[in-house]
Amino acid sequence: MVTEKEIWNYLEEVFDPEIPVLTVVDLGVIRSVELIEDKCKVVITPTYSGCPAMKLIEEEIIAKLNEKGISTVSVELTLSPAWSTDWITESGKQKLLEYGIAPPQDEVDKSVLFAEPPKVPCPQCKSVNTRMVSLFGSTACKSQYQCNDCLEPFDYFKCLK
Amino acid sequence: MEKQKALYEYVLRLADDSLILGHRVSEWCGHGPILEEDIALTNLALDLIGQATSLLNYAGELEGKGRDGDALAFLRYEREYKNLLLVEQMNGDFGKTIMRQFLFDAFRKPLFEKLQHSTDQHLAAIAEKSLKETKYHLKHTSEWVIRLGDGTEESHIRIQESLDALWKYTNEIFYKDDVDSVLIAENIIPSSEEIKAEWTKTVNDVLEQATLTIPSNNWIQEGGRKGFHTEALGYLLAEMQYMQRAYPNMTW
Repeated sequence: MVTEKEIWNYLEEVFDPEIPVLTVVDLGVIRSVELIEDKCKVVITPTYSGCPAMKLIEEEIIAKLNEKGISTVSVELTLSPAWSTDWITESGKQKLLEYGIAPPQDEVDKSVLFAEPPKVPCPQCKSVNTRMVSLFGSTACKSQYQCNDCLEPFDYFKCLK
Repeated sequence: MEKQKALYEYVLRLADDSLILGHRVSEWCGHGPILEEDIALTNLALDLIGQATSLLNYAGELEGKGRDGDALAFLRYEREYKNLLLVEQMNGDFGKTIMRQFLFDAFRKPLFEKLQHSTDQHLAAIAEKSLKETKYHLKHTSEWVIRLGDGTEESHIRIQESLDALWKYTNEIFYKDDVDSVLIAENIIPSSEEIKAEWTKTVNDVLEQATLTIPSNNWIQEGGRKGFHTEALGYLLAEMQYMQRAYPNMTW
């Protein structure tokens, strides 16, 4: 008989389609796992409202759990509480950094309209002499930065709180 | 008007604002003035379409006639769309797109801040989620309005013209009818006066920094909330609905 803890372990084998170094557990999108007899319900939450990866994540969760012998799996989507970058695990942040994506920094309150962009260390040379190129990047969750010292352009996983 | 009907109508209005503006902004995909802005605009469009999906699915549930978000998005006629006239206006140049987005974001941010405490939990959840995205949108568009307004002589003239062209549609943002009264009484939505005060403050602050002048012409144009639209919407729908009209019920 499979346990909820085992299900969580299986979910560690499902990767984010857009940032394939992170598992869905690292990313913090798994809200709960519920097991009633042999039926499993997984509740997930989107990072952004329009995140195009959610459908694929849902399918991959079902496929992975089916592969592990759990035949009845349902995936539900919830919006509240809204996902925050604080939910990315510490090991997830470390994996992002090693992959070349700067993990989210603590940021000033965004209600201040014209605050300076956050200081983000370069994931390559660690210099903090970097600049924001654009608030928006290759996916909804990232900004574009460049390092002024090693000149490497890099993605920053922007803070969402 | 009964509460459920009013809530359906209200959620549909919010949904149509997101859907139509999201579609409009998506027209920039591959046409942005610089690569970073092309990406930024498509990010904005994606957030708006995502918000529209949540809102339209909820509207479908409230209506209770078996229509889902897709059916509401693609299979209604022009008069059944309840979006603001502001959001359906043509993109124009980059400055006009940014001005239209700014005038809208300055409304959406305080609205979602209030709606996240709505007594309707489903609407509150959508607002809580959307607010985080909208804060980034408002920051981005405010910065561009200032940069273009207080930029070169050419950019100043062009963005002032955009403001002049769009201003007559801004009063409709605070349109109020039975739908609103019923929901305000139930503490489901905030009063439009509260939102208007915050919108006015943001708009005045940013336009002042951008050295732009609020048009003195007070002519106002309304109709979107009742389904009466400008010429621009029909063309948008013709493109957006093409696949469902040509190949009914197709999926991919």
